[in-house]
Amino acid sequence: MLQIIIAIKQVPETSNVKMDEVTGTMIREGVESIINPLDLYAIEAGIQLKEKYGAKVTAITMGPPSAVKALREAIAMGCDDGILLSGNEFAGSDTRATSYVLAEAIKKIKAYDLILTGERATDGDTGQVGPGIASFLGLSLSTYTSKIIEIKSKYIIVERLIEEGYETLKMPLPALLTVVKEINYPRLPTLKGKQKAKKIMIPIWSKKNMRLKQSELGLNGSPTRVVKIDHPKVIRKGTILKVSDEKTLDEAVNKMIKFIQKKELI
Amino acid sequence: MNYYGVWTIAETDRGKVKEVSFELLSRGRELADKLGEELVSIIIGYHIEENDAYELIYRGADKVYLINDPRLEYFIVENYSNVVEDLVNRYRPEIILAAATTRGRTLMPYLSVRVNAGLTADCTELDIEGDTRNLLQTRPAIGGNILATIKTPKHRPQMATVRPKSTKPLPKDKKRIGEIINLTLNPELIDGRVERIGYRKNEQECINIQDADIVISGGRGLKKAENFNLLRELAKHLSGVVGASRDVVDRGWISYPHQVGLSGKTVLPKLYIAIGISGAIQHLAGMKTAENIIAINNDPEAPIFKVADFGIVGDLFEVLPKLNEQLTREIKKNEI
Ligand SMILES: Cc1cc2nc3c(=O)[nH]c(=O)nc-3n(C[C@H](O)[C@H](O)[C@H](O)COP(=O)(O)OP(=O)(O)OC[C@H]3O[C@@H](n4cnc5c(N)ncnc54)[C@H](O)[C@@H]3O)c2cc1C
Ligand SMILES: Nc1ncnc2c1ncn2[C@@H]1O[C@H](COP(=O)(O)O)[C@@H](O)[C@H]1O
Repeated sequence: MLQIIIAIKQVPETSNVKMDEVTGTMIREGVESIINPLDLYAIEAGIQLKEKYGAKVTAITMGPPSAVKALREAIAMGCDDGILLSGNEFAGSDTRATSYVLAEAIKKIKAYDLILTGERATDGDTGQVGPGIASFLGLSLSTYTSKIIEIKSKYIIVERLIEEGYETLKMPLPALLTVVKEINYPRLPTLKGKQKAKKIMIPIWSKKNMRLKQSELGLNGSPTRVVKIDHPKVIRKGTILKVSDEKTLDEAVNKMIKFIQKKELI
Repeated sequence: MNYYGVWTIAETDRGKVKEVSFELLSRGRELADKLGEELVSIIIGYHIEENDAYELIYRGADKVYLINDPRLEYFIVENYSNVVEDLVNRYRPEIILAAATTRGRTLMPYLSVRVNAGLTADCTELDIEGDTRNLLQTRPAIGGNILATIKTPKHRPQMATVRPKSTKPLPKDKKRIGEIINLTLNPELIDGRVERIGYRKNEQECINIQDADIVISGGRGLKKAENFNLLRELAKHLSGVVGASRDVVDRGWISYPHQVGLSGKTVLPKLYIAIGISGAIQHLAGMKTAENIIAINNDPEAPIFKVADFGIVGDLFEVLPKLNEQLTREIKKNEI
């Protein structure tokens, strides 16, 4: 049976979160958390493969203890189980340190054929963690995957979205795919799923029960440092014209064309 | 161990150098001059003419490492990463820049893990810090609500992907001289596991909305799929491409590659025109850093007007036909 692992991230509900100016980290208190919306497509892709080929689907996340909620939601949608990677030693991880811990957790799970991640998280917005995991594990990688065409025992055929079109890759298993929104329509949790999710035991892994190199963890293992945060201004206070009749319509349209001409865009 | 030089990873499409490669050189030139170091461009692919590679010199590079090989015809991350990793180990650059395209955003995270470096995604500004000579990497995060500046103080090379269209290429200077170094591919660097077995182009319509100077997006205000033709006509007049809000993509009026916003693409065109789009925060996340923004909406309270440089409060079904008519006339006039 196929073994599928889906890496999901918990992110703040709105895109209006506040930052701590001193530490350069996000203030997460008081903000409702959700599964990264783009990870729902990875979850759905995993569940669809399970329906088609038969598979065991495990969701994993690295985050604070409260991130267990994201795993329960993933199980309510149809994942079989979840693993939470949580510990103070993981605090302050950048994408490299995050990829490292996720890769080590996947090694510890041992049996896996396919790893799925979202295209990017809506908070950090890097899209680096998926390729990072693949690199740590030496897995073949398809980013921006828009379609899973077929899986045979040893390989998978996928289509990926690039600037000019779509390309088809044939890759050996185990492989890692980061998926884009185009791949499917995520389902809602079912009642049965929710009941299962409520009861299921979710193990917590940390440095106590994983073999991790201290130097690769958290802030220590993060080459990048945020040194400054700015809040760019959003409001532009442009000219706004109101159309109420033929005359104001003509005027507005002509001014708009002038505006574009002045910027030398036509 | 000493690290020296600024590198850019050029991109090619069927052997031709893509414009974004020149944008990277314009960034790289500035950094290399500040550091007093050389600027090197790496170009990997097949059917790359030496003349085309020379264009990289005209656009700012001091040196080009060219690797031309049929086994590198297509971007396969495992192969490309091996090739660049090998070069990094041999020549030890201080900085590596690549474009924040599907290619750069795949290659760089894969490579950065291999060479034990940090990586900053999708930078819009780059600078060198005076005394430490560290690379200062600035990028929008959290849907464009903040600009974070990031350093990689202890790791070399310092790696960043740079958002396409966030800078202009340098003009072509045919007097510049530089060196093209042809390298032969070490076959051991070909991973061989992944095969590219097919390719199809997008529907005829150009939907590489991240590359375009002008993006004209439609939202639910368009009422139905066919009305996107009004936008297509406008796009034709302005040589722009058509984008969309999530709402209309979810309704199936237009396909996902057109979607702008938090769960779609981030665009940074010279001009963004939002038509019948309310300007929800998730939509703004993908376009509010455009150089110029025009909004057309019949609701004066629509949040899109807050970010607009020019706005028309009116019925798009009146405004667009008029606009298209005027532009047709304008263009005829110029042809005479
Ligand atoms: C997690 C998450 C991610 C999201 N990601 C994205 C994303 O990536 N991109 C995105 O766009 N959205 C995204 N959204 C959705 C976003 O919140 C909005 O729902 C969406 O942007 C609204 O699209 P719209 O402006 O086309 O529609 P509406 O909000 O319905 O706006 C339509 C506008 O058209 C105007 N209008 C109507 N008729 C006319 C007329 N005749 N003439 C002129 N104007 C007219 C109306 O006044 C209105 O302002 C996301 C939401 C969530 C929760
Ligand atoms: N802390 C995390 N735990 C589990 N998965 C993660 C985590 N961070 C990122 N990911 C996965 O990697 C993808 C890309 O995230 P990012 O690189 O942060 O944009 C996400 O869509 C998730 O699938």
